[in-house]
Amino acid sequence: MQTERDWPLFEIFVRARAGLDHKHVGSLHAADAAMALEHARDLYTRREEGVSLWVVRSSDITASDPADSESLFEPARDKIYRHPTFYAIPDEVKTL
Amino acid sequence: MSAAPAPPGEPALLRYLLRLGDSSLVLGQRLGEWVGHAPAVEEDLGLANIALDKIGQARLLLAYAGEVEGRGRGEDEIAFLREHGEYLNPVLVEQPNGDFGQTIVRQVLIDAYQLELYERLASSTDARLAAIAAKTVKETRYHLRYSGGWLVRLGDGTAESHARVQDALERLWPYTVELFAEDEVDRAMTDGGIAPPLAAIQAAWSVRIDGILDEATLVRPRDRPYAWFGKRGEHSEHLGYLLAEMQYLQRTYPGARW
Amino acid sequence: MYTQGLDAAGADARADSAASDDEAALLQRFQRRVDAEEKIEPKDWMPERYRSTLIRQISQHAHSEIVGMLPEGNWITRAPTLQRKAILIAKVQDEGGHGAYLYSAAETLGVSRDQLIDQLLSGKAKYSSIFNYPTPTWADVGAIGWLVDGAAIMNQIPLCRCSYGPYARAMVRVCREESFHQRQGYDIMLRLSQGSAAQRRMAQEALNRWWWPALMMFGPPDADSTHSSDSQRWKIKRFSNDELRQKFVDFTVPQAQFLGLTVPDPELRWNEAAERHDIGAIDWREFEQVLKGNGPCNAERLAARRSAHEQGAWVREAASAYAEKRRARGASRAA
Repeated sequence: MQTERDWPLFEIFVRARAGLDHKHVGSLHAADAAMALEHARDLYTRREEGVSLWVVRSSDITASDPADSESLFEPARDKIYRHPTFYAIPDEVKTL
Repeated sequence: MSAAPAPPGEPALLRYLLRLGDSSLVLGQRLGEWVGHAPAVEEDLGLANIALDKIGQARLLLAYAGEVEGRGRGEDEIAFLREHGEYLNPVLVEQPNGDFGQTIVRQVLIDAYQLELYERLASSTDARLAAIAAKTVKETRYHLRYSGGWLVRLGDGTAESHARVQDALERLWPYTVELFAEDEVDRAMTDGGIAPPLAAIQAAWSVRIDGILDEATLVRPRDRPYAWFGKRGEHSEHLGYLLAEMQYLQRTYPGARW
Repeated sequence: MYTQGLDAAGADARADSAASDDEAALLQRFQRRVDAEEKIEPKDWMPERYRSTLIRQISQHAHSEIVGMLPEGNWITRAPTLQRKAILIAKVQDEGGHGAYLYSAAETLGVSRDQLIDQLLSGKAKYSSIFNYPTPTWADVGAIGWLVDGAAIMNQIPLCRCSYGPYARAMVRVCREESFHQRQGYDIMLRLSQGSAAQRRMAQEALNRWWWPALMMFGPPDADSTHSSDSQRWKIKRFSNDELRQKFVDFTVPQAQFLGLTVPDPELRWNEAAERHDIGAIDWREFEQVLKGNGPCNAERLAARRSAHEQGAWVREAASAYAEKRRARGASRAA
């Protein structure tokens, strides 16, 4: 049977406490997702760092390319009217 | 079989607590041997976590045993300064680690037992023991998830891994006999509502083990009589070496504080 | 992100942009970002030497954590109390965790953990010389926590601001977790120094064994260091070996005095004018010898790692085979 030499890499996301998003904390190796969860528990939550875990095969993540970042993200820069601070509201007008 | 009788006046509760505490202590000691030598660094962490839980359980149980004993001995005096025959863990937990497969088989057999046991001890009439059990049961549920998961992987993995764990299972199986062999201490505990009857645990354990073995494509060994009971202080040769190592500093420097 | 998969996806784009852009311009832009304290992330363009320096440094660091489990780990079974045993297991476990974080960080640079472990086991990769010294007594466990972890922290805190994002983030986690390591070591030494004559002697002998090797951990004197200047320009390293070593000495000497122990350096004295401790000459030949593999425990440490790796091979294979079977069964059910 053809087996991979090393176990594949998984990316680990931890929800620190209820009400927060899962946040990427690092990666680890595991043979399958169930094992990745156990390893994530042992590796990334030894000090009560989380209440929930996500594990995702690293190879299943598609990422944007830094070379594209100018065309992807810079066009948003001049659209300052999206931010509330763009609008000057007279002091007399309340709760706006 | 010559049942070593409890020393006169020694309450059954003390012997029972030593059985529980020594099981955790000796198993924690064995698992500690793995740290730094596991098949992958992630497993070093996993085995270390189980070892930590076991040592934690031993501390709670042996401290309580010391109080019941009433001679002023604390967890460390009890853990480190008894003699061979005074340790009351089942022979199963003192068996050497062997390869990772043997460690996992040992772990599955004892985790499934302790899970059934501590789930019931959580409603013990002894409030202190019930509180310890409530904490232990959460830990043990995870231990079985870890060990059971691994046994399935190894049993249903490669031909080599299957053969290795089947072999370990055959070797360790006889040591499960004493887990369910009821004696006067067990009966005293059951009568007092402190501990559940072993027959109930055996039935539930058996179902659980069959489920795991089935998923792992392993064959349940035939039951064989086995007459040496660690819970009465009758141990294999392995325990002596384990104790020599564990007790080394306490024995070499009597009375020292660490 | 700590991924190898991502890196592979970016490889072509990197090659293209390098071909179209001028290498010098890229280098300039890279240095501007580093100078501006921007973090470099795995898929960003980086000079090959930056990449190879980081791989070397991070993997050495990871190997050190993994090999570093051994000298203390052999005391887990002999720890003198249940509490000390639990603390030591937790500590050695943390070291394994740190090794794992660091291997992950190295993997973002396009090298696999398998390759890195092969380099360690074949003796090609280095790890910290300190772990080739033996731990004959319980006091050595205390001395390692106090001195070796103390020296490591001194080295590692600046690395939390390293220019390479994944390494910096791993180091933040490592430093946060290591703060208890040094304290538990000092706590062991404190207890021994307040104990019996035999315990005090044990503590002093451990200090004698670990003092000089701990100073060597900071690496060769600045004048002889081959990697420092690039590393500093790229903000991988922010202080020189000698600066960090001096800081360590100045912190540690009063701690030894508090324990009533004698630092094994007859030339050690407080230099009032410079407001620092002057120390005697470090035996760099010993350092070279230990690095070359001739330390007291080099062979044992590597043998232990090799044995764990080889004896674990069937386990890792079985888990992969099982995962593969499960995938195949899932696929056949879906079909």
